[in-house]
Amino acid sequence: VAAASGEVLTAEFVLEYAYKRSLGSVLTHFFSGLKARRIFGVRTPSNQVLVPPPEADPRTGVTCSEMVEVGQSGFVTGWSWEREPRQNHPLQEPFAWVLVKLDGADSALLHCLEVPGPDQVETGMRVRVQWVDTPVGSIRDIRCFVAEGR
Amino acid sequence: MSDTISQITTPVRLDYLHTANPLLARFLMGLQEERILGRVCSQCEKVYVPARATCPACCVPTGGDIEVQHTGVVTTFCVVNIPFEGQLIEPPYACAHVLLDGADVQIFHLVSGCDVGEVRMGMRVRAVWAPEGERPLSLESIRHFAPTGEPDALFENYREYL
Repeated sequence: VAAASGEVLTAEFVLEYAYKRSLGSVLTHFFSGLKARRIFGVRTPSNQVLVPPPEADPRTGVTCSEMVEVGQSGFVTGWSWEREPRQNHPLQEPFAWVLVKLDGADSALLHCLEVPGPDQVETGMRVRVQWVDTPVGSIRDIRCFVAEGR
Repeated sequence: MSDTISQITTPVRLDYLHTANPLLARFLMGLQEERILGRVCSQCEKVYVPARATCPACCVPTGGDIEVQHTGVVTTFCVVNIPFEGQLIEPPYACAHVLLDGADVQIFHLVSGCDVGEVRMGMRVRAVWAPEGERPLSLESIRHFAPTGEPDALFENYREYL
C-alpha cells in the first residue's frame, strides 16, 4: 500500500517467512527438555558442558551426544539494555539482553532479563529462570530471567 | 502435543518502510496514467525500467526520461504449480521476465490470458491495465501481460538479456 504525500511516496512492507526446522537428536533433547521445564546441555570430549547444546564440539569438531541437565540459576556474563523492544522481542517493556552461564554449564545462553532499569543489571549478578505457564518446547518457554532472590 | 519436540517453527519477520526516490515516484505515478517510464544512460544508452538515476554498468547519472512501449517479449518464465503460504494467486500461473519494447532491462510480471502451457520464451505480450481509479502505486497497476498473437520474437533478438 502506497500513500502520496507531496512528491514523496512511501510504503510499508512486511517480509515474513515461517521456517520449519528439524532439530536433530541433540536439539530435540534440548527443546523437549524445555517443554518439561528442564534445561539440557551437551558434554564435549574436553569435558565442557555447553548450553545451548551444539551437535559438535566447536573446538575439535567431534560429535557430541552426552546430554547433561544443568541448573535453572546462573550468573550474567554480559548484557546490554533494550530501550525500545520490538513487537517480536521476548518482553514488551524495556529489558536487558543477557548472557547467562547456568550452574553446571561452561558456556552462556542468550536470553532476556526482566528488571526495572539498567542500573539494576551487572555482570556477575545471579539470575534464575522464570518459566511460562504452559511450555510448548520453545526457547520462549523460558519467559525471561529474573534476579535471584526476587 | 507430543512431549518430543523434533521440529520448531522459527518465523523471520521484517517490517519496513520504503521511501521511493523521485524517479521511482514518477515511475509509479506514471503507471496510474498508463505510462511506463524509463531513463536512458547517458553513456551506454541503455534504457532502464523502472527509471533509475544512475547506470549500474557505467556508474554515471542517467540522462533523459523515455517512455517505453506496453508490448514486449517473454524472455524467460516459470509456471508456479505449488501452493505456498501467503500465495495471492491460485496456481497454476505463469511468472515471466518481460522485455518491453524500447527497454533494456526486464520487468517481472504475470502472464495470463492464455493457458499456462502456452507461455514460452519469445512470446509477444501486451500489458493489461487495471481500470482507471483501481491502479495502486505499484506494478500491480498492470494486471498482467497477455499474448498479442504476433509471431514470436527471434531468440537472437533477446538472448543478450537472458
